[in-house]
Amino acid sequence: MEIRGLRKRFGELEVLKGIDLAVRERELVFIIGPSGSGKSTMLRCCNRLEEPSQGHIIVDGTDIMAPRTDINAMRRRIGMVFQSFNLYPHMSVLGNVTLALRKVLGKSKADAEAAAHAALERVGLAEKARAWPNELSGGQQQRVAIARAIALEPKIMLFDEPTSALDPELVGSVLKVMQDLREGGMTMLVVSHEMRFARQAADRIVFMDHGAIVEEGPPEEIFGNPRSERCRAFVAEIQH
Amino acid sequence: MTGLDRFLDTFFNTEVMARYLPAIAEGFLVTVWLALLVVLAGIGLGLVLAMLRSLRFRPFNALLVLYVDLLRALPPLVLILLVYFGLPNLGISIGNFVTVWLVLSLVLSAFAEEIFWAGITSVPPGQWQAARSTGLGYLQTLVYVVMPQAVRLTIPPLTNRTIAITKNTALGTVIGVGEILNQATTAQSFSGNASPLVLGAVAYLLLFIPVVAFGRWVETRFAWKR
Repeated sequence: MEIRGLRKRFGELEVLKGIDLAVRERELVFIIGPSGSGKSTMLRCCNRLEEPSQGHIIVDGTDIMAPRTDINAMRRRIGMVFQSFNLYPHMSVLGNVTLALRKVLGKSKADAEAAAHAALERVGLAEKARAWPNELSGGQQQRVAIARAIALEPKIMLFDEPTSALDPELVGSVLKVMQDLREGGMTMLVVSHEMRFARQAADRIVFMDHGAIVEEGPPEEIFGNPRSERCRAFVAEIQH
Repeated sequence: MTGLDRFLDTFFNTEVMARYLPAIAEGFLVTVWLALLVVLAGIGLGLVLAMLRSLRFRPFNALLVLYVDLLRALPPLVLILLVYFGLPNLGISIGNFVTVWLVLSLVLSAFAEEIFWAGITSVPPGQWQAARSTGLGYLQTLVYVVMPQAVRLTIPPLTNRTIAITKNTALGTVIGVGEILNQATTAQSFSGNASPLVLGAVAYLLLFIPVVAFGRWVETRFAWKR
């Protein structure tokens, strides 16, 4: 995936001031930065949940900003996981995972359920297929949300602060699933404050501030020896 | 004749009641039929209008708000008389039953649209985002994800409003629709006795108590924990 010259304005306020970022296949890129730096907005522009004001976003060779691109067809190849899980409360776990398989990919009920079971297996929740979202812990809900996204076999996964709404003891189970995905070769773009996870799992860290990429590099460099003053201050702040 | 006897004779005269029971039963069927058609058309139209409103097409929404506000502000009786006595002058004659059905359906659709719209807007935006992120289209998201949640939230206010508006079928009596109240007042003037009106009241209870009970059942049936 490649982001070129991405800008986003809300009225007078420019929250993204020209972002260029390329994510290689099988790469895990971590985006860090102070709140209000535009991290989540950037992530949401990657599947046009937020409409970019300007720029190009190329996924697997297709510019999703091009007027002729079928955005719904592209979105199923771009999985997204949200801070607040956003499971459908009126559907069982299985219903949550099969909905897009059936209505977007047009799979039969049996095929969709087989794919859903496989995805739930990958997040370690195969036995919860018949449960309802409100019966699950936050960590389990987030893993179902991951299963819902990976069941569509996306080329890239976007994670928008996936563990921020979780109790501390539940964070590990979600990070474990993300680690497994990475080992399975999934391309991932992650906005998160889990610095320990970033340090051990990320290929590259991108530091954003005030709507721009300030610095990027391998974790040891960003955490060990940041070049910019702002990045140094941020890293010191979160690691004390 | 004691006071009690007079009271019983006025309101609970069994002989009069027996004589007019068939007429009231006939009115009961007319009311049931009318109410059913009003509920189906009113709620159906309200649902469609609310879904169209979610497209946020400004000119349409401005007209819709005007439609909804007018129908909610005007007393249904005024509309019934306007339609029934006004339209024939334009060469359109739709009959008294259809007049009441049309007016009450439109009024219910206006209230139902507002209630459904409130339901749609109370579904968290994250639900839209999650569904759209998996490639579901706008309409698919509305139909499979948003409306099922919105409708559940709207059942209590919608039930109340539906009952309030279907009770207005009694207004049909002023333009001669042969529903319960019309049959009862006719019987009352022929017999010079109020017992048919009591019979009419019983007929309304027979019709609406099950509806109220059904509404309560639906509320508990569709409630779910978040």
